[in-house]
Amino acid sequence: MAAGERDVSEVVLKDTRVTASEAASRSAVLKRLRLTDTIFHGLTRTAALTVLALLSGVIIALVIGAAPALGTFGFSFFFDESWNPVTEKFGALAPIYGTLVTSAIAMLIAVPVGLMIAFFLTELCPKVLRRPIGIAIELLAGIPSIIYGIWGLFVFAPFVQQYFQPFMIDTFANVPILSTLFAGPPYGIGMFTAGLILAIMVLPFVTSISRDVFDAVPPVLKEAAYGVGCTTWEVFRYVVLPFTRVGVIGGFMLGLGRALGETMAVTFVIGNAHHVSASLFAPGTTISASIANEFTEAVGDLYTSSLIALGLILFFITFCVLAMARYMLMRLQKQAG
Amino acid sequence: MKFTKIALMATAFALTSWTAHAVDISGAGATFPYPIYAKWADAYKKETGSGLNYQSIGSGGGIKQIKAKTVTFGATDAPLPGKELDESGLAQFPAVMGAIVPVVNLEGIKPGDLTLDGPTIAKIYLGEIKSWDDPAIAKLNTGIKLPKQAIVPVRRSDGSGTTYNFAYYLADISPEWKTKVGVSTALQWPVGIGAKGNEGVAGNVAQTKGAIGYVEYAYAKQNKLLHTKMINKAGKTVEPNSASFQAAAANADWNSQPGYGVILANQPGDQSWPMTAATWILLYKKPVDVAATAEALKFFAWSFAKGDKMAEDLDYVPMPDKVVNDILKMWSTEIKDAGGKPLYSPTN
Repeated sequence: MAAGERDVSEVVLKDTRVTASEAASRSAVLKRLRLTDTIFHGLTRTAALTVLALLSGVIIALVIGAAPALGTFGFSFFFDESWNPVTEKFGALAPIYGTLVTSAIAMLIAVPVGLMIAFFLTELCPKVLRRPIGIAIELLAGIPSIIYGIWGLFVFAPFVQQYFQPFMIDTFANVPILSTLFAGPPYGIGMFTAGLILAIMVLPFVTSISRDVFDAVPPVLKEAAYGVGCTTWEVFRYVVLPFTRVGVIGGFMLGLGRALGETMAVTFVIGNAHHVSASLFAPGTTISASIANEFTEAVGDLYTSSLIALGLILFFITFCVLAMARYMLMRLQKQAG
Repeated sequence: MKFTKIALMATAFALTSWTAHAVDISGAGATFPYPIYAKWADAYKKETGSGLNYQSIGSGGGIKQIKAKTVTFGATDAPLPGKELDESGLAQFPAVMGAIVPVVNLEGIKPGDLTLDGPTIAKIYLGEIKSWDDPAIAKLNTGIKLPKQAIVPVRRSDGSGTTYNFAYYLADISPEWKTKVGVSTALQWPVGIGAKGNEGVAGNVAQTKGAIGYVEYAYAKQNKLLHTKMINKAGKTVEPNSASFQAAAANADWNSQPGYGVILANQPGDQSWPMTAATWILLYKKPVDVAATAEALKFFAWSFAKGDKMAEDLDYVPMPDKVVNDILKMWSTEIKDAGGKPLYSPTN
């Protein structure tokens, strides 16, 4: 102990009567500490409130910007397919439809494949392969979306046009519903191709999150299941999946969020046509692709306002998805007790 | 201390170089003439030291930016009507001309083999002609074996002066196009896939079998796309080249429209390429930043005087001398500072 300092016990035992000056200095120190705490408290609260302010600012700006379009077209804006800059008649049906269809295709493909990859990596994969495959999946997530777009346009779309689409169109030509879903002509570029590219883009999200939660399943559960004679599939279906469903749903929602908002890759391969077509091979458009394509060049207030209204709709869709995810997680947690 | 000194000096340097940049001319707009503006700017900078900062954000963007007064001049491929020019106090003049060519992606066809005409292209983009072996196309191309392949019409997904000129031509030739689709920088297209920018259309046509698109001639050339011949108003088949572009430009009556806003689509003349197009510059008649506008006028005067060769190298068509003289006269009478003194006089 350095000279000049006093042992605490000494103070308590020998110097029980604290002098006035010592009390004052102690309260000054305490006051200073309290002040730092108050400032820190204030700073953190301001930071947190900034997020709220930003969010409400964005919403307010979108609502104000969208007001002219929504005022002019009213409720029919959501159900109108036409998008005519010449006559200034705009409707959001085609972009909303395209956004939902491409995201649905992406999730339909990415979720089963992602879950299978994750299970393989955690349960079945030989140790040597585990790291390379894991890293490859994570690298997929790191590729900028514009690269996916270029690859989609220059490599993937021509392949789809020349081989995949003619095959599908011919094969299902006489099957009732499928012939409508896979109707020609084969453009290569369209909602289907966009959905496939999106599937590749969301795959890493679904996979890496599922892998992490699969890893967290207590080995004793799986061992017990194997012990009573379960097959690998049964362990996956009845032990691993139920135990990890909260995390899996989290990964699903994260992927869906990316699919809904993805812009650059989609705009390259979707065809940017404001049409609602039953055929998945037909060109379409998504909300974010329409905004990216047309915003800089939109002449006229109503045109610009309609694009901002599209943005507001996308905001709303994303919000709904997040809210739904929260709600489902809450219910699952309640069930688990 | 030494560090502070260095930092101060660096800041001073940054400031001086910033002020040096401030005399640069700023412009924004059409992508169609961007290659030639960039080339002129480069040569102009070497000769005079003043630079041009041109952002090729598209014609619609150019009009927006000049109206918001964030740039010294705006550039557009779709001329503003006289009424709008008067209301906003803008002067408009054409800077250069170019041409739009149809490009296709068809196996077994060589560049310039295929011939198309306006009504056929209109029907393709209306979705009425769906296959390359359609009788309407076969009739124009006797002796060429056309594949039985679906036509993929490719067009611009962004607002575009190229689209405006293309649609203007189709509306001029096809009454159906005029009523069903109309003319604007962005359209409600009945069929086809959209791509962003001239380069986007070029890329999509190159990648998609059976595709047809329309691009500025330089983009077709750079991307080695298959261009087609066209049948013009006189019923003659013409190749896209400087001669046919110039023929179309020569026949134009520039003073027939306010602000020289003449669309060169479907011009008469045996040699005329039917999809020739001019591109315009927009400037304030009474600019806020007088010095910048004077610099911009100097730049365009220089381009008119010395830029013809460069324009021809890139397959653009320079403005005829007679029109240039009219434009210079218009500058000296209409573009003035607050005191009414003209910003450009032919002698300086």
